[in-house]
Amino acid sequence: MSDYAIDVSGLVKRFDNKVAVNGVDIKMPKGQVWGFLGPNGSGKTTTIRMICGLLQPSEGKGQCLGFDILKQSAQIKNLTGYMTQKFSFWGDLTIRENLEFVARLYQLKNIKQIVDNTLANLGLTHRQHQLAGALSGGWKQRLALAAVTMSNPKLLLLDEPTAGVDPQARRDFWDEIHKLSAQGLTVLVSTHYMDEAERCDQIVYLANGELITQGSVDEIIKQADIVAFQLKGHGIREQLQSIKQEEGVSSAAYFGAAVHVCGKNADELKDCLHKYQSDDISLTQVDVNLEDAFIQMMANAGFDQRQHG
Amino acid sequence: MRDLTKGNMGNGMLGALHRISGIFIKELIQMRRDKITFAMMLVLPVMQLILFGFAINMDPKHLPTKLQLEENTRFTRTIVAAMQNSGYFDFITTDESDGDPLVTGKAAFIVTIPVGFSKALINNQQPQILIEADATDPAAASNAIGNASTIINQALAHDLQRLNSQSSLKPAVDVVVHRAYNPEAITQYNIVPGLLGVILTMTSVMITAIAMTREAERGTMENLLSLPAKPVEVMLGKIFPYSIVGVVQTFVVLLAAYFLFEVPFTGSVLLLAIGVTVFVLANLALGFTFSTIARTQMEALQLTFFFFLPSILLSGFMFPFRGMPQWAQYIGELLPLTHFLRIVRGVMLKAAQIPDLVNEVYAIGAFMLFMCVVAILRYRTTLD
Ligand SMILES: Nc1ncnc2c1ncn2[C@@H]1O[C@H](COP(=O)(O)OP(=O)(O)OP(=O)(O)O)[C@@H](O)[C@H]1O
Ligand SMILES: [Mg+2]
Repeated sequence: MSDYAIDVSGLVKRFDNKVAVNGVDIKMPKGQVWGFLGPNGSGKTTTIRMICGLLQPSEGKGQCLGFDILKQSAQIKNLTGYMTQKFSFWGDLTIRENLEFVARLYQLKNIKQIVDNTLANLGLTHRQHQLAGALSGGWKQRLALAAVTMSNPKLLLLDEPTAGVDPQARRDFWDEIHKLSAQGLTVLVSTHYMDEAERCDQIVYLANGELITQGSVDEIIKQADIVAFQLKGHGIREQLQSIKQEEGVSSAAYFGAAVHVCGKNADELKDCLHKYQSDDISLTQVDVNLEDAFIQMMANAGFDQRQHG
Repeated sequence: MRDLTKGNMGNGMLGALHRISGIFIKELIQMRRDKITFAMMLVLPVMQLILFGFAINMDPKHLPTKLQLEENTRFTRTIVAAMQNSGYFDFITTDESDGDPLVTGKAAFIVTIPVGFSKALINNQQPQILIEADATDPAAASNAIGNASTIINQALAHDLQRLNSQSSLKPAVDVVVHRAYNPEAITQYNIVPGLLGVILTMTSVMITAIAMTREAERGTMENLLSLPAKPVEVMLGKIFPYSIVGVVQTFVVLLAAYFLFEVPFTGSVLLLAIGVTVFVLANLALGFTFSTIARTQMEALQLTFFFFLPSILLSGFMFPFRGMPQWAQYIGELLPLTHFLRIVRGVMLKAAQIPDLVNEVYAIGAFMLFMCVVAILRYRTTLD
């Protein structure tokens, strides 16, 4: 059996005439945590669905946990926990009933004990008899997360699992993910949060249905091949529009009381930013962050979000 | 932890049973919580029964009757008096110029006592009395018609005893009934058993058709499909809870039929039980097939009614089966309701035993199997 949890190539998905995913290859080793990033509508959800057998690819082939994604989706489903982007548990069942239902479909033994444990971990024991539909958005996410990990799957496919979840719960979630991954679980998680992307072993970046880049955080930042400066001080915020117009600037954004500026060439960028420097305003070179890298890559790919999505 | 949670019963029978029971329990809970649907499933049959029941349980009396007496004797006077006393018949006079009173609706019956009636009666020749009935609304006329012969013969028995000491097994008078416009009269006995089939058809098909499309509409389909349940397991898990509903409905209708409307219950209970089971399953499987075609609950409902209409019209529930044109009978034979009506009416009215109607059971069973196969083939395991 191969060492890859996910090994797919040339995945294409067309809806009517719209191409949602256009030739994506992913080779993901077992036991890793990968982040799946990309702008809205870039094809993350569609790709995940093809991997776990919920959508039939228009083209391409591959394996998931050693099973053919085209023909053996039944086996794949048995070993995979898939958390949908939209809450898709049963709102007219209670929290406990939802968990019990999932446990039965995975043919777990000791359902009562497992569900009790899960509820206790979630901190939902006292609310177990509430209808799931009555939970707040963040709690719905946490219930869904608990449900997909309950069956001890070999692979977790999580589609924006922490959207709307508070920081403490997000931290707990990532602790749990890394704990499970240390035990050999493979996790592919889509997210729009940079801090979450930074917690991943590798990042796969999709735009417009195509895989733009892939690698560790450092690799991706290096690949972007840009430098960043920060202008900080009183009055700089009013200057943002004019900074954006400067020749050597490829992107600029507010960063609290500062403006964060990126460009391809350090000298060129420094030259054109000098004039904003004053007694009140300082100019310093800073580390390029992941967000800078992604914005640069989207620009490189000629991708304008507003035209797609 | 790991060995404690993950059973190695994944693909065997036991695993399948686990998954089916999971879906079964979920559906039961959802069914119980969905108050409107739940009420509909239990209240609808009772409501229909009572509505239909009242309409047919009424024993209409004082029906306008036109007399055509072609002779006037002691006997004819006895007959007229007896009919009037029974309360069913009110004699009216009409003008010839007004047209046929049956057509105009002025009279429900025309009673004709022909010339030579009395003489034939005395000679023990069993003369005829003709009752022409407006049977467009058979329920309205059936009691009067059903009792006419008894009323007349009992009245005459007294008169004839003095004339004629010889007792005859034959009734003195042969009452000939012509039911105009509806040759095969449907009586309440015919309707109440039929109603069982109609109620079961409607609720069973609809409920499974909705049960699947609801998952799609509420967005829970993606979750259900991502869980390890095979199409057959989903189908069985969805169908079983609703077959319980079918059984409950059957009990309600049968009890009502027996106690409220005194429909006799003469045949094999086992045959009825088998018939009901197969019939309910056939309809549930059909509903499941519909849910693989429809994308929304609304479409599922439309498909259900699309099927429901021919079922009512061509099964022999509304119109006598043998009165339909040949092509309609062929279509009717394809419908499970047609065969089910034969079973229920046979068991309740004709003392039918299993061998008498086993072919009807096979016909429904074949429909059920066919629908299961179609449903499984059509069931989408993906979101495409
Ligand atoms: N069932 C469908 N029918 C038609 N088009 C679809 C369908 N599902 C997705 N698409 C299209 O495919 C493209 C990719 O969608 P997808 O949901 O995979 O994006 P995403 O990367 O998950 O976006 P987001 O970050 O907003 O969740 C979008 O343009 C979307 O409109
Ligand atoms: Mg998505």
